[in-house]
Formats: sequence, structure tokens, C-alpha cells
Amino acid sequence: MTEPGFLDIISFGPDGWGPALAAGAWMTILIAISGFAIGGLIGTFGAWAKIAGGPVVRACAEAYTTILRGIPDLLVIYLFYFGGSAVVTAVGQLFGAEGFVSFPGFIAGALAVGITSGAQQTEVYRGAFRAVHPGELEAATACGMGRLLKFRRITAPLTLRYALPGLGNVWQVVLKESALVSVTGVVELLRQAQIGAGSTSRPFDFFFIAAMIYLAISTVSGLILQVTERRFQRGVRRG
Amino acid sequence: MDIKFALETFWSLAAALPLTLELAVTSIALGSVLALALALSRLSGILALDLFARTYVFLFRGTPLLVQIFLIYYGLSQFPAVRHSIFWPLLREPYWCAVLALMLNTAAYASEIIRGGLISVPHGQVEAARACGMGRFMIFRRIVMPQALRQALPGYGNEMISMVKATSLASIITLMEITGVAAKLISESYRVIEVFVVAGFIYLAINFALTRLVAFAEARLNPHLRAPLAISAELKGETH
Repeated sequence: MTEPGFLDIISFGPDGWGPALAAGAWMTILIAISGFAIGGLIGTFGAWAKIAGGPVVRACAEAYTTILRGIPDLLVIYLFYFGGSAVVTAVGQLFGAEGFVSFPGFIAGALAVGITSGAQQTEVYRGAFRAVHPGELEAATACGMGRLLKFRRITAPLTLRYALPGLGNVWQVVLKESALVSVTGVVELLRQAQIGAGSTSRPFDFFFIAAMIYLAISTVSGLILQVTERRFQRGVRRG
Repeated sequence: MDIKFALETFWSLAAALPLTLELAVTSIALGSVLALALALSRLSGILALDLFARTYVFLFRGTPLLVQIFLIYYGLSQFPAVRHSIFWPLLREPYWCAVLALMLNTAAYASEIIRGGLISVPHGQVEAARACGMGRFMIFRRIVMPQALRQALPGYGNEMISMVKATSLASIITLMEITGVAAKLISESYRVIEVFVVAGFIYLAINFALTRLVAFAEARLNPHLRAPLAISAELKGETH
């Protein structure tokens, strides 16, 4: 067996690792997007709790963000992966299944990434909401909008406008955090690179390519964010 | 929650605390030197140095830390030149690979924080120092650096906290620091919640102590911003 060269590794030919790495990159993007979306949902409720909640709700939100920003993401991933497996196993035994049932790594990973990014997004949305001029919200109430309509038409778009730069940062963090999900065995980009490194003797090449793909994803998504930001800023007069 | 088990867990995790702290302190200390060099390169006005520092920061901030760790720990051994070099006894050790990766990574983030601090020093300060006849190095040591430090400290505090969290990745390359021991305990006992709570508590305690330490340093470095002494309360007639 001949050793593959650097170009063989990235090629899409019969011996190339191109398709596998591309599939891994796609999985990375999927994990990052799901985690970011879950985080967005949590962040919205977290920000709402911090802004409008009573003392108990506010304290809960405060505890959530403090804890999740103070402990390593890897620990949270382990919690969801092993904890999820424990729950699934218990439920399985209830229905007569034998032995250990493992929790899908993708779901555990997306949840863990979502919970950690939710803490960051809570702070981003909270800060952005404070930048919205209260007069605009009052005007919406004066027009007779209900709470939901006001949120959908006025509060959400205006908050999003101010939140976008911060959300861009959170997205970059989420993208890099998704690499940690590889510990659960999900074949995303880093795991695929590990598999490649293990079955050839070219670990540097594989991890280098993985690094370059991460760089490409973060650069491209950074550009997309810039364009989106500009779109949301239209209609804002600049001084 | 089983208190007895949680206590046992606490003692086994506390035994791993020194390694976590050692990894964090070593990589932050070495990283800060490199970060200062990178920040000065960016501000040097020399195109080659500036470009190098920009590329460095772009590469290390754009890729996951775990990939960097793998590149150093598994990747470097691909090259016979590295295996036969004098650095091999160090690069073979997971500990030094982790320190190297953490250090290179934090240098990229910290250099931007330090750069922000350096450019925040008003130009008039440098001008005044020059008018006093100070040389370039003395200006840097006595005027620019102390003020830049003041500005950069809050941001640097955040970076230090993320470094403490980042040391957990060393467990993936076999180092038994807190997260490594926690993962081992979880897979042995299947008691996820207890181990997670105890490990999380230790990390929170470290980061809380670190935040206090940074706040203390900040207060010491900014004596002019301190609240006026308690005498004002007496003057207001609030004491009885």
C-alpha cells in the first residue's frame, strides 16, 4: 500500500478523503446551526426573564448565565452525553430493554452547545433590548398592538438590529465549540480528520486541512453576517 | 444526590486541581509575553511584522483550540525532522503540547486586548514624556505600559477565565486534570449529576477567585478612580 500524498487526501477521487471531509464539514455546520438556534431560543427567554421577570425568575436567569459562563463547555457536553444516556437507559429499562442505551451524540452535542451559547445570547439580547428606544415601543402600544404583534413587528426586529454584531461573535464561538462535540463520537469535521489521521500516517495533513476548512467556514459566515448587518441597518441615519 | 459520593468525588477532583491551575498559569504567563510581542509587532509600523502578527491572530482565532492541540500533539510527529530534533522530549509529552497550544492560542486573543490598551494611551502623554527627555524604552516602561495595563486589565481578566475553562481540553490528550478525572469518574460510576455539580463548583470557585483577584488589581491600578473616603457620609450627617 502506498502512502497517500497531500493532494490525495483532499482529492475527491476514489482514494481521496475529499467526500468524507466535506460530509464532516457539513455535519459541523449542522451542529453549529442547531446549537445556535437552540441558544437563540434560550437566549430570548433568558433576556425576557432578566428584563421583565419577577425577582425569582430574574435570579434563576442570573444563576443560569453565571454558571454556564463559568464552567468549561466540555464538561457541559459530557453532562448531556452521559446524562442523556443515563436517562435513555432508564427509560429503556422501563420498557424492558436490556443493558446500556447510548444517547445520540448529535442531540447531546447540539443541546450542550445550545445551552452554553444560550447564556451568551441572553446577555447579547438583553444589551440590545436596552438600546431600543422606549418611544418606539410606546408608539406600538399607542397604535393598539397586542403583546405578540408588538413583539413580532417592533421589538424583535429592532432588538435584532442591535444584537447582530454580538450574535456574530457568539456564532464564531459556537462554530469553534462544535469541534468539542467530536468527543461524543459524532463524525463531524474534527472527528473525520481524526479518523483520517488514524488510518494513514499523516496526522498533520489531516488536522491542517480541518483547520483550513474551519477557517473558511468562519470567514464566509463572517462575510454573510456583515452583509446581513448592513441590510438590518438600512433606514438608520448615520451621523 | 448522594452526599457521601459527592464528598468522595470532591476529594478526587481536588487532587486534580493543581494540574488545572498549573496548565492555566503556565500558559497564561508564557502567552502574555508572546501577546505583548505580537501587539508591539502590529503597532511597529514595519510591514513584515505587522502582516505576520495579523496572519497569526487570524489563524489562531479562526480555528478551534482542539484542532490546534491535535495539530501539535498528533500532527508534529508526522515530520521526522521534529522527531529527531532537540525539542522532541518536550513535544512528546502531552503536558507540554497542551501548554504550547494553550499559550499560542491565548497569545492571539490577548494580543488584541493589549493592542487595544496600547492605542488607548493618549498621544499627549507620550509627547509630554518626550518633552521631559525620556528615551523610547523609558517612555514605554514608565508612561505607556502602566496606562495600557489599566485599560487592558478587564478584557484580560475575561481572557484568563476562558483560559481556565480551556484547560479542560487537555483531558482529551490524556492529561488528568479536573475534567479528565470527572469524565473518568462519570464513566466508572454513571453518576453524572453528582460529578458534574462538584466539578462545576470547583471551576466556578476558581473563576470567582480569579474575578476577585482581577478586580483587586484593577482597584490598585486605578487609585484615582476610587470612591472618596467615608468622610463624605459623616459630612452628610448620615452617621449617628
